[in-house]
Amino acid sequence: MSHSDHRPGTLIHGGAVFPHRHLTGIEGLQPHEITFLLDEAEQWVEANRSHAKGDGRLAGLTQINAFFENSTRTLLSFEIAGKRLGADVVNMHAAQSSVKKGETLIDTAQTLNAMRADVLVIRHMSSGAVKLIADKVDCPVLNAGDGRHEHPTQALLDALTIRRRRGAVAGQRVVICGDLLHSRVARSNILALTALAAEVRVCAPSTLMPPAIERMFVTPYTDFDAALEGADVVMMLRLQNERMEGALIPSPREYRLRYGLTPERLARAKPGALVMHPGPMNRGVEIDSSVADGIQSAITEQVAMGVAVRMACLDVLTRRARGVEGWA
Amino acid sequence: MTLAITNARIVGPDGETRGTLLVEGERIVAIGAVEVPDGVETVDARGRWLAPAIVDLGVFAIDREACRRGGIVRVALMPDQSPVLDDPGMVQRAALVGRPDLWIHPLVAATRALAGHDLAEIAFCQQAGARAVATGRGWIADTAVMERVLSYARDLDLAVVTHAEDGALVAGAVATAGETATRLGLPAAPAVAEALAVARDLMLAEATGARLHIRQVSTAAALDLVRAAKRRGVAVTCGITPAHLHLSDIAMSDFRTFAHLSPPLRSEADRQACRAAIADGTIDVIASGHDPQGPEAKRLPFADSAPGMAGAETLLPLALMLVRDGLCDMATLFRLLATHPAQVLGLDAGTLTVGAPADLILFDPEAPWRIEGDRFASAGNTPFDGLPVQGKVLRVWKGGRELRG
Repeated sequence: MSHSDHRPGTLIHGGAVFPHRHLTGIEGLQPHEITFLLDEAEQWVEANRSHAKGDGRLAGLTQINAFFENSTRTLLSFEIAGKRLGADVVNMHAAQSSVKKGETLIDTAQTLNAMRADVLVIRHMSSGAVKLIADKVDCPVLNAGDGRHEHPTQALLDALTIRRRRGAVAGQRVVICGDLLHSRVARSNILALTALAAEVRVCAPSTLMPPAIERMFVTPYTDFDAALEGADVVMMLRLQNERMEGALIPSPREYRLRYGLTPERLARAKPGALVMHPGPMNRGVEIDSSVADGIQSAITEQVAMGVAVRMACLDVLTRRARGVEGWA
Repeated sequence: MTLAITNARIVGPDGETRGTLLVEGERIVAIGAVEVPDGVETVDARGRWLAPAIVDLGVFAIDREACRRGGIVRVALMPDQSPVLDDPGMVQRAALVGRPDLWIHPLVAATRALAGHDLAEIAFCQQAGARAVATGRGWIADTAVMERVLSYARDLDLAVVTHAEDGALVAGAVATAGETATRLGLPAAPAVAEALAVARDLMLAEATGARLHIRQVSTAAALDLVRAAKRRGVAVTCGITPAHLHLSDIAMSDFRTFAHLSPPLRSEADRQACRAAIADGTIDVIASGHDPQGPEAKRLPFADSAPGMAGAETLLPLALMLVRDGLCDMATLFRLLATHPAQVLGLDAGTLTVGAPADLILFDPEAPWRIEGDRFASAGNTPFDGLPVQGKVLRVWKGGRELRG
């Protein structure tokens, strides 16, 4: 298996800084390419706080958000990002039942392609589905979450949040706690944070821990208190409602007993450690309200960073099509 | 009708014989330094190999042309058909549909509709041509049902062909738990699911005295159980397909659905254990697991795709790699490809001896070619697509009659 097989997109001739056609995952991105996307996002962080929140650089381009799985926050974030850059944004909600069959998925990809979208943002409930579509279309594809596989823009916005709040990602001790088994957020974050030289600890009950996770250069813990020792960042994952009642954990309250981020637990981390959560939160289960709303929380800032990071990704991935100097 | 194949390297049950093989009617009448009578149709093998034609134990589709190209003249057809082979009429039809070129030996479903509850009419189906009982693609979860299947099959002297994966552990899984599945975010089951299923079925086979054939064993732990059971004298045999000998779960990287198999590809350590089990004789049968799937079943997200690979055309070259790698010799390889599967099915076939049916292949083990799925007879879903291999079937005879494409 050659290295190029793992790259998320094919190389664009002459594109040196960010030579990928798609963003299907963090896997395959070089550390400097991740840093480049974070640097690009910084300008939009500032702009989003002003009256003129963007510019019209994507004017005339059509951005289709094809969401095969329900989403409110991510869809909204991509829609706002596209509109602030002047793109014509169209949302396609594909009902889950009608896309369960794959012919439809390939057919949908070809339909979207025939409509001459300039950039596609795709979320799908099956791991690998976004890559399958990316291989079939002519325009750049952004992965907005595929199954348990990857959610790259979430990892980028988390890295940006950490970098801005802690000064750097390298050397930070980051604890990711929760349902790692089913989490694409965790996979993308592990890849991005380890690429940027953070020390990553993962914590979950063994029923929610992916096998061989240590092969992704993280240290697994089942004891949350031990994992929190000396942590700079505590990243909590959402526990899906359907997984709370007996199958994988006995009950929400027992989950909270062992893995809930309470003020007492947070005190085991470094003073001033950053608290993060990709949302939506189960308050009182994986995170207590006093922590979520407390001074150490960066949770609303993550949402703001999300828009900036997605603006940067949309901008960068369409530069070739827009004929931006040095990218064409 | 008489046929003489001269100057051949003949793969006999005990090793290689050089010389001539003489066929009269449908059967072999002489092997070795034979005087060829005048006026007999003679094929000069020019020093190439003559072996028993392959008996493929466990295919999911009837694919005559792929079988002919692959040197396969008999297949055991899995009961997972539409409709399921749980009825004497269906079994009889399946048994006749391939003749004369391809002899199909149906495996009767162990339970009605393969649902795992009620026994199928196994004795009627045996009369209709079924050569063994099979659990199909799945495992019988109910231990009491499995005990009865084995007991009943023993009464009829039929082997029970099982799929060995604990059904509860593998529910929803499409991969073996490990680094590759974790990185890809694929639902996965621990490899021990196989050993768990094998352990139960071995104990039931031992208790009932039934003949058990585990169609695919792909993990070190399960092979250890089979090895130990054989030492105790349990009537167990087991098989494998080339994919589990040549590929590990890394082949699923990039969500290649052609590498979506059942059982799923295993770790490299398990793959090495499978190769060792070829060398020490624990594995009795190599089969293709032939299961052609079109793009509508494979051009899907990995977890939504159908498992299975088209294997008939590549079985021989992929198996010959084991000889080149020094894991077994040519005579042993054809015991795995022909003699043992015929024994499991209770067939008088699968070996080159005087009196045996003249089911023959002439092949060149060195001839190089490249596996190209889109040139296959039916679907081209092979994880070996693009692989350069050696070994080509040159001519095939079924009962002394040559098969032509």
